[in-house]
Amino acid sequence: MGSLALIIKREYKARVSNRSFIIMTFLSPLIVVGMIMLITYLTQLNQAGKQTIVVVDESGYFYKEFESTANIDYLDLSPQGLETAKDLVEENKYFGLLYIPENVKKNTSGVRFYGNEAPGISTIEGIEEQIETKLTNEKLLDRGVDLDLIDASETQISITIEDFAGERTSKISNWIKAGFGGGAGYLLMMFIIIYGNMVMRSVIEEKTNRIIEVIISSVKPFKLMMGKIMGTTLAGITQFMIWLLIGGGLLTFLSLYLGLEGGAPNAAVGNMATTDLDKIELILLDVLNLPLLKLACFFLIYFIGGYFLYSSIYAAIGAAVDSETDTQQFMLPIIMPLMLAIYVGFFAVIENPDGSIATIFSMIPLTSPIVMLMRIPFGVPWWQLALSVSILIATFLFTVWFGSKIYRVGILMYGKKPTYKEILKWMKY
Amino acid sequence: MPHPDSYQDDTKLKFVRNECLMGLPRGSLLQTSMTDLLVADHIHKKYGKYTALNDLSIQVPKGSVFGLLGPNGAGKTTLIRIINQITMPDTGKVYLDGEALDQKHIINIGYMPEERGLYKSMKVGEQVIYLARLKGLTKAEAKERSAYWFNRLGMMDWWNKKIQELSKGQAQKVQFIVTVLHKPKLLIFDEPFSGFDPINATLIKDEILKLRDDGATILFSTHRMESVEQMCDHIALMHKSNKVLDGRLSDIKRAYRTNTFEVGIQTGDDSVQSLETLKKNVLESASDDWQLNAAQFKTINENDLKLQVKIPDGLSPNDLLGFLANKGTINHFVEVVPTANDIFIQTINAN
Repeated sequence: MGSLALIIKREYKARVSNRSFIIMTFLSPLIVVGMIMLITYLTQLNQAGKQTIVVVDESGYFYKEFESTANIDYLDLSPQGLETAKDLVEENKYFGLLYIPENVKKNTSGVRFYGNEAPGISTIEGIEEQIETKLTNEKLLDRGVDLDLIDASETQISITIEDFAGERTSKISNWIKAGFGGGAGYLLMMFIIIYGNMVMRSVIEEKTNRIIEVIISSVKPFKLMMGKIMGTTLAGITQFMIWLLIGGGLLTFLSLYLGLEGGAPNAAVGNMATTDLDKIELILLDVLNLPLLKLACFFLIYFIGGYFLYSSIYAAIGAAVDSETDTQQFMLPIIMPLMLAIYVGFFAVIENPDGSIATIFSMIPLTSPIVMLMRIPFGVPWWQLALSVSILIATFLFTVWFGSKIYRVGILMYGKKPTYKEILKWMKY
Repeated sequence: MPHPDSYQDDTKLKFVRNECLMGLPRGSLLQTSMTDLLVADHIHKKYGKYTALNDLSIQVPKGSVFGLLGPNGAGKTTLIRIINQITMPDTGKVYLDGEALDQKHIINIGYMPEERGLYKSMKVGEQVIYLARLKGLTKAEAKERSAYWFNRLGMMDWWNKKIQELSKGQAQKVQFIVTVLHKPKLLIFDEPFSGFDPINATLIKDEILKLRDDGATILFSTHRMESVEQMCDHIALMHKSNKVLDGRLSDIKRAYRTNTFEVGIQTGDDSVQSLETLKKNVLESASDDWQLNAAQFKTINENDLKLQVKIPDGLSPNDLLGFLANKGTINHFVEVVPTANDIFIQTINAN
């Protein structure tokens, strides 16, 4: 077995058998799923308190018009009059009082909601919509319009977008593409930060353990650095896989569990949305229509390129410092381009995937892995892909060289808090 | 009065002991005819504007124990790192066994750095095998040899422990095994005895000498002069990036000797003279050429007359003995050989 393979194996084993790594691997999905459950539970708790809204309708149009929902009971107290109703609301601690004046048809500004707490936006919107519909219909009827005719002539349209090659897509597909691209970009960023840090810590550990000199009297520092990066990458992939498995399993279990509870409303939704089936089919078609193979290939290329680019910088930083607390000053050049890439991706790319900002940032090597990954689902010209990948590979080779140079000098330097200037001087050693 | 011949025997005995102290190895005559295992040829190394090594050359004979001496910052560690191919020289070349140093020689060199270190959370056995395999041993070889060494040093029950569970001295023993496991031709130790208690230091010293007897060449860097006296055949003294002195330790000592002897003459119970009369007698009868001083060495008899005598040019120790023979019973007659420590300080100060 070559020494590189030996180093990779050791690094992998050291990472994987690390106690905090094991805890993180198995705890993180539990934490995430636990959070989801907690949020779901809390939302349900929030909705559990049924609110009673008293309606005083002087106009008489809305008698029995407000249908009680799962969360809101409407209580019609029109006969009692506004003042009595107000007292009753206070007395019974009802949630609020909706007052509709007599002349609402002519002057809609008289509608009031009285309550100690402001009602939720959706509640208000729901009430407004019901009043609007009712009043519109009333006014239409007043003018002698046949409502059935209006219903019959109502038209819905969803434009089918087709490119010149005849490939069809829908408006939703843009969101799917954005989802895929954004997901890939975000995943890469998380991977770089989590496992880049791990590489850095492992370099610092070797330095503080003082074993480094023994190792590099046997292997070239470059090999040690590459072995470290690769071993940590493999450990990271293992962790990701376990997360996917555990998270997937838990979510399936959870959705089955929640699915039983939410079965009834789902059926109702299903009834009214038979026409939406076509839409769902189209969405599925859109997903299949994405250049999945191309996506996967480039995901791999940018993932590896981007990750190695950054982790060699991480390794160099680890080599340059004596302890983790000293790394802060060097973190900015790593975190800034990553953040920039994510923001450019989420704002510029999704708005206009072929815009100049998106194009430029998908060429700059420090941001290209994330930005280009987000652009690819929307379709990127081949020449741009080729250019971006070449720049990435060139920069990747440069940073690995640069990183290993700093690494080589840095690992033997103790007790100095290096500055950027000093690190540049190491280049000449 | 005893027969003078018996003094002669006595002195001879002491001479022999002295030679041993000087660390002359067995069969040292043979070694001069052997070729050099390691040659560093006009090495220059600069770190930025700082010169770490200035035109440094050394030759380490095969089968010798070579001491690389010098104060802190003299460039010893830089030289050792260059030999280990950790850093590259700016100019100059290093040859191992006649070949220009290359990646393939890694297996021929064992290196124990001054800054000792092992992976703290890795098991001892696993770690030794990993480091041996990095040097190029197969897994089976590494296992077999580490079993041998662990048994030899009585460390077998450490095999499954983590380094962080061992004491510092125990970890150093593991480090020693890591250094020698792949049977390198050249063993490099940087301050090998620091951190060891006297028992383990002796144990390691004996193991190093045994490795030398088995054919390995030892290069060690230290500023502990007593270990130089005990072990080194050859030394090179470095100061401020330059080599200021090198050669066979006995030759260097010969060059630095001052022809001074320590003399002890017995007084007391079985002697007729008292210390005072003897002293007076000796001082008065000695010619002015002899430089006589009080000496500080220890003997069993408190009342012995102890003197340090510098013999002038043209006279031999025998003349001194002849002069002293009728003064009393001579029970101590030793040449004052400069210690490595003296030479070290004298040379560094002169530079």
